[in-house]
Amino acid sequence: MTTLDDTDRAFLRALADDGTLSAGDLGRRFGLSQPAAWRRVKRLQEAGILAGRRVDIDLEALGFGVTVFLGVKLAAKGRVSLEDFERAVTAIPEVQLVHHVLGLYDYRLRIVARDLSDFERILRRRIMTLPGVGEVEANVLLSEERRPGPI
Amino acid sequence: MRLDDTDRRLLRRLLAEPNLTAGALAELAGVTQATASRRLDRMRRAGVIRGQRAVIDWARLGYEVEVSLRFTLDKTNPRAFDEFLAAARDVPEVTEIQTFLGKVDVRLHVIARDMGHYQQIYRDRILTLPHIAEIEALMQVAAISEREALPL
Repeated sequence: MTTLDDTDRAFLRALADDGTLSAGDLGRRFGLSQPAAWRRVKRLQEAGILAGRRVDIDLEALGFGVTVFLGVKLAAKGRVSLEDFERAVTAIPEVQLVHHVLGLYDYRLRIVARDLSDFERILRRRIMTLPGVGEVEANVLLSEERRPGPI
Repeated sequence: MRLDDTDRRLLRRLLAEPNLTAGALAELAGVTQATASRRLDRMRRAGVIRGQRAVIDWARLGYEVEVSLRFTLDKTNPRAFDEFLAAARDVPEVTEIQTFLGKVDVRLHVIARDMGHYQQIYRDRILTLPHIAEIEALMQVAAISEREALPL
């Protein structure tokens, strides 16, 4: 595990807000030379702490008006293979996230759809037909914010 | 803003591989680099692309536990949502906040170093959040798939 100093933390916070900042930008902002800033970014990347970038887009502007979080329980535990379910669910183009969880549900899914009737189609044709699928709970996303986290 | 096929192709590629260089992205989308950068700029100005954020791998920083906490709030108080959300923003270990229409009102994504640390956050920072009617926890076992790709 890598330990971070205050400058590392400042870099991570800045990059979590704008991942396109160059070493030069970071250096100017935090009073380091460009090569020194570059070495820090490189070290954070090599340690796997900076794990790439994510594009933040306006889903609605692209015609995806509805995002739904699904809790899915498998019906017959032990009889269906988790691998079969996971393979089938990750192949659905509208499924953005699959987390295997412990608790009330076995899987947590994030699904994008054009509108509610498009979501109904995905739910009926794609989700309810998955191997081993049991109880499903849907919650329609109203708002979302990502926080910087403990840095 | 109306998107044409070129815009969609660029977005599809960018979402699938956000770490591509401008040159590689243009090549994959079958346009010149000048066209690609003009199109991307236009989508940024129109707010279709809000930004590019670095992804932090919390496990590499020693945060081994991830929990999805689902809340039902006491909606008899008209300020319940606002006050709950404001208090949740003050908890550093909360990395995502979502509100919903459905059985669940709010979801918090919480990270912790280990189960002991999680228990401490849960008792001191989560159970003390205002206007909670019910809490359910889903402990993350594995991220099977996380992709931003869209069926564009």
